[in-house]
Amino acid sequence: MHELVVVGAGPAGITASIYAARKRMEFLVVTRDIGGRTMLSSGIENYTGYQYISGAELAKKFEEHMKEFDIQVKFDEVREVVPSEGGFRVIGSEGYLGKTVIIATGARPRMLNIPGEREFLNRGVTYCATCDAPLFSGRDVAVIGGGNSGLDATLQLTRIANRVYLIERGNRLMGDESMVEKVRDSGNVRIMTGTEVLEIMGNRFVSGIRVRRGGSTETLEAQGVFIEIGYVPNSEMVRGLVRLNELGEIVVDQRCRTSVGGIFAAGDVTSVPQKQIIVAAGEGAKAALGAYEYLQTGKW
Amino acid sequence: MAKSVIVYTTPTCPYCTMAKAFLKEHGVPFVEKNVAADRRAAEEMIEKSGQMGVPVIDVDGEIIVGFDREGLKRALKL
Repeated sequence: MHELVVVGAGPAGITASIYAARKRMEFLVVTRDIGGRTMLSSGIENYTGYQYISGAELAKKFEEHMKEFDIQVKFDEVREVVPSEGGFRVIGSEGYLGKTVIIATGARPRMLNIPGEREFLNRGVTYCATCDAPLFSGRDVAVIGGGNSGLDATLQLTRIANRVYLIERGNRLMGDESMVEKVRDSGNVRIMTGTEVLEIMGNRFVSGIRVRRGGSTETLEAQGVFIEIGYVPNSEMVRGLVRLNELGEIVVDQRCRTSVGGIFAAGDVTSVPQKQIIVAAGEGAKAALGAYEYLQTGKW
Repeated sequence: MAKSVIVYTTPTCPYCTMAKAFLKEHGVPFVEKNVAADRRAAEEMIEKSGQMGVPVIDVDGEIIVGFDREGLKRALKL
C-alpha cells in the first residue's frame, strides 16, 4: 500500500507530487496525461514569474520539474475510489492502494446538448481551439461562449479564420476586460450577445448553425464551431463517497480535506471557485502537505 | 519490416507533441505532415479519417484518431 495516491497530473496533481516527493513520501501518480488542461491554453499572462508563456510550454515546465524527482507515474483512467482496509482502493484498469488519496482530476468541457453537437464532433465541432483552430484557415467559424475561454478561442481564430461569430447567451461578454478589448479591436469578429444556439447543421461536415436572438431565429454559415461554455468537474470516481456540491464539484475545506478522512482534493475538480492554473497549483501544494500531516499525526 | 507511420499535426496541438514524443521514445520513425500549413495534407487527413481533429496517425493504413496510447501500441505491436 502506498502512503499516497495522486489521481491526475495537471497543475494541482503535479504540484502535489512535487511537494510529496520533497517530503520523501512513498507515492504513486495515476493519470490519463501529464499537463492537463494547462496544455490547451494558448497564452498565459497571469502565472507569477511569467509575463507570457504558452500553455504547452508551461505544461512542459511542470513536467520537467516533476521529472527532477523519481516519481512513479501510471497512465490509467481512474473509474472509482472505494474505501479499503487501512486506506483506499483507486480503481482503473487495475487497482492501486493508498493510505491517502488526492483527487486532482480537473474538469472537462461542458457540452451544449443541442442537435448536431455529437454528430459533428471533430467534423467541425471542437472543444479545443488550440488544437484545431489552424484547420479553419480562411473559413467562417463560430465560437460559443463569451467567457475567458471563448475570448481566448476567438483571439486565436481572428488571425486564422475569415470571419468569427462570437456567440454569448447572456447580455454581455463575461471574460476579462483586457481580452474583450482585444476582441473588439480585431476587425473580423461579429459579437452576438443575447443569442442562443439551437442547432448545428451540416452534411458530412458542419455547414452552419441556427441561432435565436430576441424573438427571431437566423442561420449563420460556419464551417467550424468552437464550444467554450465552461467545464464539468471530473468527480464521477468519488460520487457517492465524498460530498459534492450542486455543480458536482468536490467540497473541500481550507486544507483541501473532503468529507472523508484520508481523501483530499485540489484544483478544478473542487468547490474552490477560482478555476485558475496558479490557484490549482497552490491547492495541490496544500493537499500534499495536508496528506503528509495526516499520515504523521493521524488527525483529520 | 518497419511500419510506415504518418502523423498529421498542427504546430499548437499538445496531443500532437505528445504523440510524436511517444513515437520517438519507442524508436518508431515517422513522417510528420503539418495540416495547418499544408492544405493538401489537411484534405488527405480528412479523407483518411473522415474527421478534422488532430492528431491523426496512419500506421500502415490503420487510422488512429487522437493520441491513443493503447491504440498506438496495438497498431505498432509495442
